[in-house]
Amino acid sequence: MLITIVVELKDQPGQLLKALEPISRLGGNIVSVYHQRDKITPLKRIPVEITIQIDERKVEDLIEAIRRNGVIVRSYNEVRLTATTSLLLIGHIIHTDLGDTINRIDSTGFAEVVDMHISMPQLNQPSTAMITISATSDDNLKKAIDILKKTCREKDITVIEPLELQ
Amino acid sequence: MIKIAIFGFGAVGQGVAEVLLKKREALRKLIGDFRVVAVTDSKGGIADEKGIDLSKALEIKRSRKRLPEGTTTLDVINSLDFDVCIEVTVTNIENGEPGLTHIKECLRRGINVVTSNKGPLVVAYKELADLAEKKNAKLMFEATVGGAMPIIKLVKNDLAGNEVYAIKGILNGTCNYILSRMEKEKLTYDQILAEAKELGIAEADPTYDVEGIDAAAKLVIIANSLMDMDVKFEDVERVGITKITPEAFEVAMDKGYTIRLIAEVDKVEGILRVSPRLIPIQHPLAISGTLNAALIKTDLAGDVVVVGKGAGSKETASAIISDLIELYRCRT
Repeated sequence: MLITIVVELKDQPGQLLKALEPISRLGGNIVSVYHQRDKITPLKRIPVEITIQIDERKVEDLIEAIRRNGVIVRSYNEVRLTATTSLLLIGHIIHTDLGDTINRIDSTGFAEVVDMHISMPQLNQPSTAMITISATSDDNLKKAIDILKKTCREKDITVIEPLELQ
Repeated sequence: MIKIAIFGFGAVGQGVAEVLLKKREALRKLIGDFRVVAVTDSKGGIADEKGIDLSKALEIKRSRKRLPEGTTTLDVINSLDFDVCIEVTVTNIENGEPGLTHIKECLRRGINVVTSNKGPLVVAYKELADLAEKKNAKLMFEATVGGAMPIIKLVKNDLAGNEVYAIKGILNGTCNYILSRMEKEKLTYDQILAEAKELGIAEADPTYDVEGIDAAAKLVIIANSLMDMDVKFEDVERVGITKITPEAFEVAMDKGYTIRLIAEVDKVEGILRVSPRLIPIQHPLAISGTLNAALIKTDLAGDVVVVGKGAGSKETASAIISDLIELYRCRT
C-alpha cells in the first residue's frame, strides 16, 4: 500500500540515509522525498515527507526501524484509495436517483465514486455512464462493486464490470 | 473393426457423416477399420450390423427430410452390437432428453460415447462420468464447448498436471457477432439482431443465445469436467446482452474498452457467471465475429489462450472426429 511518513531530520549530512535505509531493507519502494524547508521546526529540524509503496504488513516494522535509527517520526498515514476501477452502467441512471446510487458507495467510508461520464441519447431512453470507483484496498473495491451491483439490480440498471480489476 | 452408431441426423450428424465418407482413408490410417452400423433421427433410422450405406442415408434424409420409420434409437441400443455412439441429438438443458437416456444406456452397456449434446452433460455430468468409469467406457464431449476451438482435450491432455483455477471465455458466437457488429457500426441491438437472423447467425427466437443460456450451459460443463467442480446450471449468475446500447460502446471506447459477453469460472474467487464485461481493446478476448475464445489460467503453464470457430456443422464435426480418433488412435 501507499503510505506517507513525515520525519524530522537534523540539518546535517547523512541524516536522510537513516530514514531511507530501513525502507529499502524492508522492500519498500520510494515514490517521492520532499524536504519541507519552509516548515523548519524551532529546534532547527527539517520535516521531510517521504511517500513509499510497501506491503501493509511491514508498515509497523518500518516505523519502528526508522525510530531505532534515531529519527523522529512525526506522523505517518496510509494514502487512501489505492484501488480503482471503472464500470459501465446502462439504464435510467438519472431518474432512479443518481445521488442515492453514488451515496451508497461514498457512505461506506472505504470507497468513493471519483469520476463519472454520462451519455444521454434522448429523453426517456436509457442513458450510459462510465463510473470510476476508488477504494482503500482491492477487497474493499470488490465490496463497493457488490454494493453498486445490488443497488443497480434494485433500480433495473445493467452493470458491465471490467474483465479484471486493475 | 470399429462399429459406429450415429444418433441424431440434423446438421451436426450429417456433417459427421460427410467427414466419415470424405476422409475414410485418412481415418482408417489413424484408427483402423470402421463402419457405421446405424443412423437414427427423431422419426426413425437405418441400421445394419454389416454396415449401412452412409451416402444413401444422407440422400434419403435430404430428399425426404427424415429417415425411414420403424427403427428407433433405443431399438438400436438394445439390439445392435456396436462400439461407439455419436450422440448428436438436439440439446435440451432442462432434462437432457432424449440424449441423456441414449448416453446412459450406451455407457451402461460399455459402449463409448462421443457427443456434441450439451443437455445431458449440463444435467448429469458427474453421474455420466461415474457411470462411464464404472463400466470402463469413455465419454468424449469436445464438441459441446466452443465447437472447433480446442479446450476439453487441450486441458485434459496437453495441460495435464496443471491445476486450472480459472477460465474466462467467449463461448457464444451469436452474442459475439452481435456485440462486435454493434461496436463497429454503432447500430442498436435490435438492428444488429435482425441482421444476424437474416445471416442465419441468430435463431428466430434468439433467447437461448442472447440471454447467456447457451454460454452458461457450456460454463457448467467446463467447471465440472475440467476444474473438478460440482455446479448446476442454476448456480450460474447470468446477464444477457439485450440491454446494451450503442452509446455504451462509445463511452467504453473512450476509455479504451470494448464490451463482450464473458463466461467466467474462478475457483479461488468463487465466481461462476456469464455477463457482459468491459475488455481492454488489445486483450486477447477482444475478438470479433462469430469466433469463440478462452483464457485458461493454470498453476504451472500460466495463462493459455485459444481461439476458434464456435459453431457450424463442419466445425462441430471436427471436434467429434478428433474425439473419435482420440478414442481409437492406438489400435492398428
